[in-house]
Amino acid sequence: MTMGSRYGSAFARRWEGFRRGWYKFSRNPVSVVGLVFVFSISFLAVFAPYVAPYPEHAGRFVNFSEASQPPSWKHLCGTDVFGRDILSRIFFGFRYSLMMGVVVLALVVPPGVVLGLVAGYWRGTWIDTVVMRITDIFLAVPPLILALAVCSVLTPSVFNAMMAVSLMWWPWYTRLVYGLASSLRNEFFVQAAEVVGASRTHILFREILPNCVSSIFTKMSLDMGWVILIGSALSFVGLGAQPPTPDLGTMVADGAKYLPDQWWIAIFPALAIMITVLGFNLIGDGFRDLFALEEV
Amino acid sequence: MGILKFIAKRLLLSVFVLFGLSILIFLISRVLPGDPVRMALGPRAPEWAVQNLREQMHLDEPLYAQYYYWLSGALHGDLGQSLFTRRAVVDDIKEFLPATMELALFAGLIMAVFGILLGAVAGRYSNTWIDNSVRIFSYVGVVTPSFVFAILFLLLFGYVLGWFPTAGRLSPGITRPPVLTGMVTVDALLSGNFAALGDALWHMVLPAVSLALGGMAQEARITRSTISDNLRKDYIAAAKGFGVPERLVTLKYLLKPSLIPTVSILGLDFASLLGNAFLVELIFNWPGFSRYGINAMLRKDLNAVSAVVMVLGVVFVIVNILVDLVVAGLDPRIRLGAERGK
Repeated sequence: MTMGSRYGSAFARRWEGFRRGWYKFSRNPVSVVGLVFVFSISFLAVFAPYVAPYPEHAGRFVNFSEASQPPSWKHLCGTDVFGRDILSRIFFGFRYSLMMGVVVLALVVPPGVVLGLVAGYWRGTWIDTVVMRITDIFLAVPPLILALAVCSVLTPSVFNAMMAVSLMWWPWYTRLVYGLASSLRNEFFVQAAEVVGASRTHILFREILPNCVSSIFTKMSLDMGWVILIGSALSFVGLGAQPPTPDLGTMVADGAKYLPDQWWIAIFPALAIMITVLGFNLIGDGFRDLFALEEV
Repeated sequence: MGILKFIAKRLLLSVFVLFGLSILIFLISRVLPGDPVRMALGPRAPEWAVQNLREQMHLDEPLYAQYYYWLSGALHGDLGQSLFTRRAVVDDIKEFLPATMELALFAGLIMAVFGILLGAVAGRYSNTWIDNSVRIFSYVGVVTPSFVFAILFLLLFGYVLGWFPTAGRLSPGITRPPVLTGMVTVDALLSGNFAALGDALWHMVLPAVSLALGGMAQEARITRSTISDNLRKDYIAAAKGFGVPERLVTLKYLLKPSLIPTVSILGLDFASLLGNAFLVELIFNWPGFSRYGINAMLRKDLNAVSAVVMVLGVVFVIVNILVDLVVAGLDPRIRLGAERGK
């Protein structure tokens, strides 16, 4: 019984914290707009086959009798040179953008955070030196260029683009968590845990990590936007998703060839990228204000 | 003395980082699948020719030996031969790098000057319509990929309005000034050819602005928030209370310390600018290093790709040292800390 009530109260406390956080977050109209964007985009991406006006236009589809139509009621964003409905392709494009962000972050955050925790906790030892100098090497070149270089030796595909970006992205989390962990390790609660003989894993993951979560979370929501941007850049040069995949970057690159006259082919996918990135950025800023962070 | 020690330490670290980067890029270019020799010679080349080139490039030897050949060559200024232009990669770099540096420096200048200016004005007049417009601009700038800016500007100002040229570095009618630095604007200035100078600047406006906007938005955002925070600090009120002139308060006591976070991220912004140059040069057909790099990547030209990444690593390291020095100059805590030998 006592156990149950203790956990119950812990849950209630958490719920209360969450409710307060949500209240503060939702008071900021800008963050709510971001949330609405991200929810709408996720909805459209998940249910693309059902909500897209012409779901069969997502892949290999040709209908030259309707090629290069300007925006109209029938095709809200017009059609491309193969007669495919651009709005439908954008909905499917959201899938690839979101997948890019989610997969890259899922691959990058755990190792990045663990390395940062370890290097920060053992600050000043050889572990710190080795880990942080390796991150320095990865951070010595703009991430887009290293990702391009990796993609260039692989066969271009959505999967390989994700791998390439992931390979370049973990050091940012290592650096962020290293900074936090190396100052947290001197806090009294960490010393107290050390004194009572808590295990290293307990100290790293139960004492230090929970205090880094808000920063990691904020960085992740901002990074969703950046990763999507880099992914679209890779597809744009042809080193990421390949046609006929309905990837937003690929669509902009294809449309750019027909630019002055058939502007809608490139412009609507470009706007779709911007709205996606904006949504995640607004949420990230909301988190930053909520947690009063400066270093992210 | 302190500042020299600071520089020496940074240089030592940079050498280490570049050494590590060379291993990284070497591994990327050699370990991952794909036969570059076959790609360079084409599927119908005879086996002996493939074998010859493979031996010439030491591709048949173990990795550490390959790395040794590559590194010792690189240290002697020999980065190997491009598999496609069939020239020494170093010559290619010498030809193409100045065009990119010219563009990147011009874009970097636009980014820093306008970013700080916009941010400072917005922070000084925070929560007015000026501030709100700058904030909206920052959001648009941050979330728009530079290749989208490039395409939009090309379309609007290049084709529709016809205000700016759409490709290249100089108009056909203009004689190219003698090559001294390789940067057309500098060469034109040195040889007193002002027609070429104007024309070259004219060609640079669209690509440079497309490159600059993202970083500019970032800089404006950070400058704005530091300025509006510092504006509320007691020492500003104290300075005003002493009767220090408004302009002096703004420039010396408010702006100077507020620039520290902005300048600290200038290096990062310049890095992403160099990355984005890969796409923007492609769009504006700018005959630069990044266009060379992206073509090398699309053709799996190993030597050229490794060289491009290494050169950008060197550029980035130099930029970061400069940024650190400027920050040390702005921030007495760092400067004096270094002098105390901390």
